[in-house]
Amino acid sequence: MEDRIYEKYFRQHRLPHIWCPGCGNGIVMKAIVEAVEKQKLNRDNTVIVSGIGCSSRASGYMDFDTLHTAHGRAIPFATGIKLANPKLNVIVITGDGDCTAIGGNHFIHGARRNVDLTVVLFNNSIYGMTGGQASPMTPVHKKATTAPYGSVDRPFDACHLAEAAGAAYVARSTAFHVQHLTDMIAGGIARDGFSFIEAVVQCPTAYGRKNKMADPAQMMMWMRDNAVMKAAWDKLPTDKRDEKFPIGVFYQHEFTEYGKAYNEVIEMAQGGKK
Amino acid sequence: MTDMKLMQGNEACAAGAIAAGVRFFGGYPITPSTEIAETMAKDLPAVGGHFIQMEDEIGGMGVVLGAALAGQKVLTATSGPGFSLKQELIGYAACAEIPVVIVDVQRVGPSTGQPTSPSQGDVMQARWGTHGDHPMIVLSPWSVRETFDATVMAVNYAERFRTPVILLMDEIVGHLRENVQLPEQEKIDVYTRRQPTKTREQGYQPYKPEADLVPNPAAFGTGYRIHVTGLVHDYTGFPSGSPAVTEEFIDRLHKKIAIAQDEITHYDEFFMEDAEYAVVSYGGVARTAYEAVQQARRQGIKVGMVRLMTIWPFADKVIEKIAGKVKSILVPELNYGQLVNEIKRAANGQCEVKLLAKYNTEIFTPEEILSEIEKLQGGSK
Repeated sequence: MEDRIYEKYFRQHRLPHIWCPGCGNGIVMKAIVEAVEKQKLNRDNTVIVSGIGCSSRASGYMDFDTLHTAHGRAIPFATGIKLANPKLNVIVITGDGDCTAIGGNHFIHGARRNVDLTVVLFNNSIYGMTGGQASPMTPVHKKATTAPYGSVDRPFDACHLAEAAGAAYVARSTAFHVQHLTDMIAGGIARDGFSFIEAVVQCPTAYGRKNKMADPAQMMMWMRDNAVMKAAWDKLPTDKRDEKFPIGVFYQHEFTEYGKAYNEVIEMAQGGKK
Repeated sequence: MTDMKLMQGNEACAAGAIAAGVRFFGGYPITPSTEIAETMAKDLPAVGGHFIQMEDEIGGMGVVLGAALAGQKVLTATSGPGFSLKQELIGYAACAEIPVVIVDVQRVGPSTGQPTSPSQGDVMQARWGTHGDHPMIVLSPWSVRETFDATVMAVNYAERFRTPVILLMDEIVGHLRENVQLPEQEKIDVYTRRQPTKTREQGYQPYKPEADLVPNPAAFGTGYRIHVTGLVHDYTGFPSGSPAVTEEFIDRLHKKIAIAQDEITHYDEFFMEDAEYAVVSYGGVARTAYEAVQQARRQGIKVGMVRLMTIWPFADKVIEKIAGKVKSILVPELNYGQLVNEIKRAANGQCEVKLLAKYNTEIFTPEEILSEIEKLQGGSK
């Protein structure tokens, strides 16, 4: 009998997880293993690499080779793993602070370089692990412990950033749209190149409570009401967009994957191809 | 032996790395270490390896650690400002026990300092640059040929002890060109990383140490499905908040190096049999000191020399022994005075320890060191 997905892909002895009640991270973590199952990846050839923060604790629960790196550094580690052993499927788990603040340089250069990685950014709009500080993806006017009067920093749109930097695949979904999210991640795994998927997740504890959305269900309803499929979004007049945001696959490009390009360097250096 | 060739210290470092089995280099350009990256970019793909230029020094550290976890032997190279940036992940390598060699070709600091004049100002940073308690192996070669040997040794130690090893070069040795004859590949002692001896089913624990206190975490992709973290962890590799686990972990990190200290302490003694005075030196400065000591001997001064190749762990026993024999020790350093304090500590009051510091971008002349040796003699009369 086929194992049930939780039993197959999670380290039972490491559960329950440390996330707060109502946190959306578990939903995204489950969507990742559903996508792994869907793409029929060999589990022993699949590595999960994470940074530091709430999102990045996911690696410890997942029964693969897993690497919990330093803050912001998951993409360089993942790059080394993939180039050193191209047979491995490498999935990166990161957060909005980890990926776009301290890891921002690695993120844009990862997208530019186009190594075959699948990067899933858990966007909870806040630094959760340290207790609710503003991140580069906290919306303007939203409150955080380091933005008690509301944030005045303009946030990144990480999907625009990934596309502009040269990612091969860029998509967004939410913890509410679980099937859609799984499909978005599966599409990223299937793409040979740097794939980026932003998963909007609720953080009722550190973000919601400060911003009049303390109830996790209320935060998920907000996702339901404000996430708009890309095709509909494109037709939506600008004045009707308001708090709404698009989900779906935004960009797909056929760029030469870095490792394959480097194989030609090896061939040239060895006197083969000129 | 292979043919004699004219080679630069930085080129010898790259050649030594490849001879030791390094097949992955990640880094960022910085003078005076750049020739190491340039040589790797050219020579690594020729042996089927990978060179990657990263977006910054931190990325250069991260990418080599990832490659090491996937089973490759790895090396990165930098100089002072980059060495500062790499410290975060040097600590990660110490904690997660990842074999890696970091080359620091020192230049004058602090900050951007005096690019790219010679210095030995990173001696303490090499030991203590990353936060927290950790051991460190640091080797400092004094010639082009020894740079080759020291790089092979650094890779072997990194693999054997599963620890970061710093090859602490200086601009003098890095940019020095000398005639060298490199050993034939089959004569080079190359350590192969140990593999797990148990299967998952047999209860394999990736961070359970062997008798030498070094664990055998499996390479990624070998079916063990291990967890690697920079959090303090127990034998399973998973984080633990336990005081007992933390204490044992920090102890073991230190002891795995400490129990091998005699074996990894490399040094030379010159003219020490009848010496009344000693010069203790290391790196490129030791070349000048050696010349000065020979000149002093020709003048009939009974001076000897100890040249340290292993800087950390510090050669306490070596210094303690010579301090018991001589009247005074002279320590010329291209810094404000760093290793001299370790030498004083190890000498433990048995003799006078005198610093000759220079930090104005110029190297010592033999005459400067000779003049200080002459003063030692005057002082003792």
